[in-house]
Amino acid sequence: MLDPWPERHILPMSSVEIPALQLRNITKTFGSLVANDNISLSLSQGEMLALLGENGAGKTTLMNILFGHYVATQGEIEIYGKPLVKGSPKAALATGIGMVHQHFTLADNMTVLENIILGTEPIFSFRHHLSAARVKLLKLSMKFALHVDWNTLVKDLSIGQRQRVEILKVLYRDVKILILDEPTAVLTPQESAKLFTTLRLLTGKGLSVIFITHKLKEALSGSDRCVVLRHGRMVYETATKGIKASTLAQAMVGGTLPLIKTKHPVTFSQKLLSCSNISIRGHQHQPLLDEMNLHLLKGEILGIAGVSGNGQMQLANMLSGMQTPDSGEIELNGELITHHTPREMMSAGIGRVPEDRTATGIIGDMSVRENLALESYQEPSLSRFGLLKSRSMEAYAADLIKEFDIRCPSTETQVRNLSGGNIQKLILARVLSRKPIVLLASQPTWGLDVGATAFVHKQLIQAKREGAGILLISEDLDELLQLSDRIQVLYKGKISVPVSPDQVDAATLGLAMSGHLEEFSQKIGQSAP
Amino acid sequence: MDILHFLVETGFWIATIRMATPLIFGTLGELICERAGVLNLGIEGIMAAGCMAGWTWVYFGGDLWSGVLFAAFIGGLFGLLHALFTVHLGLSQHVTGLGITMLAAALSSFVFKMLLPKATTPPKIIPFANLDLPLLTDIPFVGPIIAHQSPLTLLAFFMVLVVSYLLYKTPFGLSLRMCGENPLAVEAQGLSVFTIRTVAVVAGSSLMAVGGAFLTLSAFDAFYIGMVNGRGWICIALVVFSSWKPWKALLGTLLFAAFDAMQMRVQQQSTMVIPYQFYLMLPYIFSILAMVIMSRRAAYPKALLVPFRKGER
Repeated sequence: MLDPWPERHILPMSSVEIPALQLRNITKTFGSLVANDNISLSLSQGEMLALLGENGAGKTTLMNILFGHYVATQGEIEIYGKPLVKGSPKAALATGIGMVHQHFTLADNMTVLENIILGTEPIFSFRHHLSAARVKLLKLSMKFALHVDWNTLVKDLSIGQRQRVEILKVLYRDVKILILDEPTAVLTPQESAKLFTTLRLLTGKGLSVIFITHKLKEALSGSDRCVVLRHGRMVYETATKGIKASTLAQAMVGGTLPLIKTKHPVTFSQKLLSCSNISIRGHQHQPLLDEMNLHLLKGEILGIAGVSGNGQMQLANMLSGMQTPDSGEIELNGELITHHTPREMMSAGIGRVPEDRTATGIIGDMSVRENLALESYQEPSLSRFGLLKSRSMEAYAADLIKEFDIRCPSTETQVRNLSGGNIQKLILARVLSRKPIVLLASQPTWGLDVGATAFVHKQLIQAKREGAGILLISEDLDELLQLSDRIQVLYKGKISVPVSPDQVDAATLGLAMSGHLEEFSQKIGQSAP
Repeated sequence: MDILHFLVETGFWIATIRMATPLIFGTLGELICERAGVLNLGIEGIMAAGCMAGWTWVYFGGDLWSGVLFAAFIGGLFGLLHALFTVHLGLSQHVTGLGITMLAAALSSFVFKMLLPKATTPPKIIPFANLDLPLLTDIPFVGPIIAHQSPLTLLAFFMVLVVSYLLYKTPFGLSLRMCGENPLAVEAQGLSVFTIRTVAVVAGSSLMAVGGAFLTLSAFDAFYIGMVNGRGWICIALVVFSSWKPWKALLGTLLFAAFDAMQMRVQQQSTMVIPYQFYLMLPYIFSILAMVIMSRRAAYPKALLVPFRKGER
């Protein structure tokens, strides 16, 4: 599969047209880690390129070099034939490269408008030229159907809206080459489709687009060309037309993935968890959860779909004891747990896989051993008379590392140095080893690569088969359809009727996710036997 | 309540505004630094350096206003040092700031002793004269209060206006605030976080030093070792009190100064029942209470204390 890329590209290209972008022999090392290894790549005007690869394959690093966040250890970049100044986002922007980062580069306490105009004006001018900015933005937002309220603070926006702000921010700079890092990770299917329509509109006008993804479907439907990175090397390049998903998948993981049997019928009928008439209001008394009802059976996976910011966080916080509902009751095995503290929730049998795993799942500066013991260090097996038993902790950690295949140099490694996939394995190990009655899994595979995702899915199914009830909150509809026994949709704190994944497709769920709850119920009513 | 009759005395208000002046400069300076994401614990020392620099300049023949400028320049130099360590090298802002305070305060005393080794009583200069604004001073009650202020006080109030305009109405102010919120956003928009933060720390430190210069060039007429006397630390608390907003900072400094002025007056009327130390304590109790109340919902700059390192994973 490996070709001598540089030769292959330079010869035909130079005789036909100057490429919009030309990367030559880019190598980037972080200490002993080679993140990018001799990558050469070109992009023509109006082309849409999908950059595929697993986590840690070096996609984001490569794009960060292009945008100037990092300086390549070796290699050259040319934009329309002119060399690009290294390590300067300013130069990149001036040359017409714009980047929408996966982790948004927005300031929460500032308005949308302030975020967008930052850096677009001469820095020592005596005032903002706000009216001109508003006019330009209005035009842009009409043209690309990206509507956001300019005067809102970013912290009050949903993640989907924030992304729109990011895209607008880049478009506002009149870029020629647009880089998007995992752009659809947070969008509904409809929104994703809309995004790709927008991107097509852009390429039609002569912009070139590179988007990073690990969703094969997106690469196949959205791009003109696919490039696959693996372990920092460019291993595969192809025109998208006529290529099969399996070919790309193989190139990404470097082999074939075992298929997991995902559907196991629910064999229990015992009700584990029920939430009745739960309401939570925000600071301005807006409903975040609105008379929400749900129940969870033993051995069942209940999927909660919805675009983030529609009450998922409150639901998860509530069930992990971090937030108390304003009204309503939560019962676990017939016992009221509405006012439990996080620790009481834990000992009552609720396991937690948090959404933001680096913020609320782990303590980055502490070791793997300590992080693994975080939820059970008070138990007699790990401590006595207020003193930790370091040998037991070590053994406990070593067992879990082995059982859950956590890749780390030693039990003393600081957790923040692990990859996302290994951090998630650690969290799963910590939770599942306690045999929870109910497992709360929020976005359990967000940002994980194919291999790690498969691992997480396997563990969830295993827990389900052992009789745990699993509440799976996810924005990934494929995941929900694949794993859940029932799915409910959250929209602005209201929850839809449950539906079996066999009865719906992603598009119908998308309908509910964008607020058409009644239409959704009708549609399900019709399709239900 | 005749214990409160000082509220209608002009003397009380004159003292309040005068005592607020160095705090206004200091708080604004600290606020600028923190808005850009850099805590400047060097403030106490930088104010001392400002005291010393301004006074020395005038003592050796410079005029008062250029003395203020010289103090600002010296403050800026210490700011540059702080920025070098905290912004460019990304070192601990706490440790560096305390180091700057020790260095600047000690250096001020040292230079003073070097220049005037034989002085037993601190030599005096002629400080700023009070304002002479014919129309304003004719206003009843308010007029005399203004008339008894130094031009530096007027400058302090004016700086509140300048700083808030700068922060909220100019592109530079926006990028400065953004540096304190999310430096990566600043970099992603093609601006240099290092430059902006450095400018902010230098400018903020200059303001602090001017606050110090007020003490020697206006409030008193001589330099004493240790004359800043914790004002810098109060400024740091006042920045939190102000939720990082210039106008609230003005309010905070005036409130603190009012309590300070009040305790002096109430102290004189005090009986043997309540020891005078109790009144000395009042402004500080006030600042603790005010901080507890006001800062509960304070939206602190999110990137405060977080060094920005380019290209870090």
